[in-house]
Amino acid sequence: MNKIYIVGFSLIALGFVLTSGFKYSSVENSLIHSTFQQQRNPGEVVYKKYCISCHQADGGGVPNMSPPLIQTSYVLGDKVPLIKIVLNGLKNVDINDETYNNPMPALGSVLKDQQIADVLTYVRSSFGNKASAVTAGDVKKTRAEMKKKSE
Amino acid sequence: MKKNLLFSLFIAASIMVSTVSFRNIGPKPKVPVSVADNAGLTLPSGFSASMVAENIGRVRHIAVTKEGDIYAKLERAKNGKGILFLKDNNGKFQEQSGFGDYVGTGMRIHDGYLYGSSNTDVYRYKLNDKDEVENPDHPETIVTGLLDHGQHNSKSITFDNDGNIYVNVGAYSNSCQVNDRTPGSMGIPGCPILDSAGGIWQFKADKMNQHYGDGVHYATGLRNVVGLDWNQKENVLFVMQHGRDQLHDLFPQYYDTKTSSVLPAECMYEIHKGDNAGWPYIYYNQIEKKQILMPEYGGDGKKMADKKYLDPAMAFPGHMGPNDLLFYTGNQFPEKYKNGAFIAFHGSWNRSPEPQAGYFVVFVPFKDGKPTGKWEVFADGFAGKEVIMSPGKAEHRPCGLAQGPDGSLYVSDDVKGTIYKISYNN
Repeated sequence: MNKIYIVGFSLIALGFVLTSGFKYSSVENSLIHSTFQQQRNPGEVVYKKYCISCHQADGGGVPNMSPPLIQTSYVLGDKVPLIKIVLNGLKNVDINDETYNNPMPALGSVLKDQQIADVLTYVRSSFGNKASAVTAGDVKKTRAEMKKKSE
Repeated sequence: MKKNLLFSLFIAASIMVSTVSFRNIGPKPKVPVSVADNAGLTLPSGFSASMVAENIGRVRHIAVTKEGDIYAKLERAKNGKGILFLKDNNGKFQEQSGFGDYVGTGMRIHDGYLYGSSNTDVYRYKLNDKDEVENPDHPETIVTGLLDHGQHNSKSITFDNDGNIYVNVGAYSNSCQVNDRTPGSMGIPGCPILDSAGGIWQFKADKMNQHYGDGVHYATGLRNVVGLDWNQKENVLFVMQHGRDQLHDLFPQYYDTKTSSVLPAECMYEIHKGDNAGWPYIYYNQIEKKQILMPEYGGDGKKMADKKYLDPAMAFPGHMGPNDLLFYTGNQFPEKYKNGAFIAFHGSWNRSPEPQAGYFVVFVPFKDGKPTGKWEVFADGFAGKEVIMSPGKAEHRPCGLAQGPDGSLYVSDDVKGTIYKISYNN
């Protein structure tokens, strides 16, 4: 009888080990993942947290829904309109003759100046893009100008 | 007794193991496949496929006539025309004409008319005895003035047998947040979108110029339906809902990226007049088979809904984008397909950083108007790659379904404008 209990309990234990084993491995993975992220480009970290779903890991966007960040004057052109898009969002605008139906949220109250500078610098120098960096000062200045205009 | 104890413990342990290891299960394994080229598609044994039209534009829904010709609705106008008519010429379809100066999704033949929808209106064209449009420049406007705010603006259509047309009006929002798709933004109390969108409206199929007020608000709480079909066997409406996006992006405190990539379910609903499927207040968790309170409305990923909304007839893994639904009524395919449902899954985008899923046509066996078994992948390989990380990399994306007069299944692709014909030949 004892033997049966031992076998039975060890099966339960096995169940727990296997069950939790899977859980731990996923926690472990995400820990490794986040440590790894911190070592990377800070703009890439912001991109992966706030932008990747819609604009995709390759910056290619989603056809008909979210515009690509590759080879577009919106990304490669003047910094100020680009900063404003991140601050205010964007909706129902045709880009390179394509329509995109999903709105971009306004991230001005979600992201700090440095985060916006980092992510825009990352976007302007990734996916084959080559354009100058954006600084926290640029973002701060744009915010101030927008505030002044709305007053 | 001893054996029973041992056995039950073993079962308990196995259940625990299997529950966890299969939690994030993706597409089901496929049934035996045929090996021929099949236009790049993988199909069950005995089926074959060919591309009957290529590069014709961004084709959304399609309709096949009793003569075997095709009407294709375009999302993007071609030479100013939003509908293409293609005639069968020894197995390859050739464009005969274009008409309709509007883009959109809906395209169905019903009771001697071709019906097409823009993103605000539904039009119809009288067909002659060969199912050709008699007067392409002068359609009758059946429904007009439906909302189009860009997001979820497809107006898909289907018909019952009592003279009614059913039109989807998608919600112009992801989850009715105060600020759409903005991290942490909460839901608007008593979501006002639902008064004129996020549901199905019923209109008369033969009455001109109907507005919202002329129709019946048939069902609500449906975020966005692109695929819907009338089940002739049970005389009832079925719809496929596009479930909400971005659980992790918007509420990372409750959802990790892996969970967010498979939740919530893409749901198939059997819809009766007055039904409420619960958007934006709840979503369906297909793994736990529960209705869960949306985080925008006080949920935390676990809290169940306090009010009972409609349960799905079948639930699929998240974000796969069901863009068309077709109940098979033909005689060509083997018996198990009769009255079962084909679903074109357009393919996901918001599973990043996980690989995307969908990009295939699924079959769900039905009996007496209810799904009887598990869904299975019927046609795969549209994307042209084993793993799709970003939807822009998919070569083709299935979008529309139609049944030919010989019982073949037609599938449209809105990337390259391909139309596939799938037939059964043992």
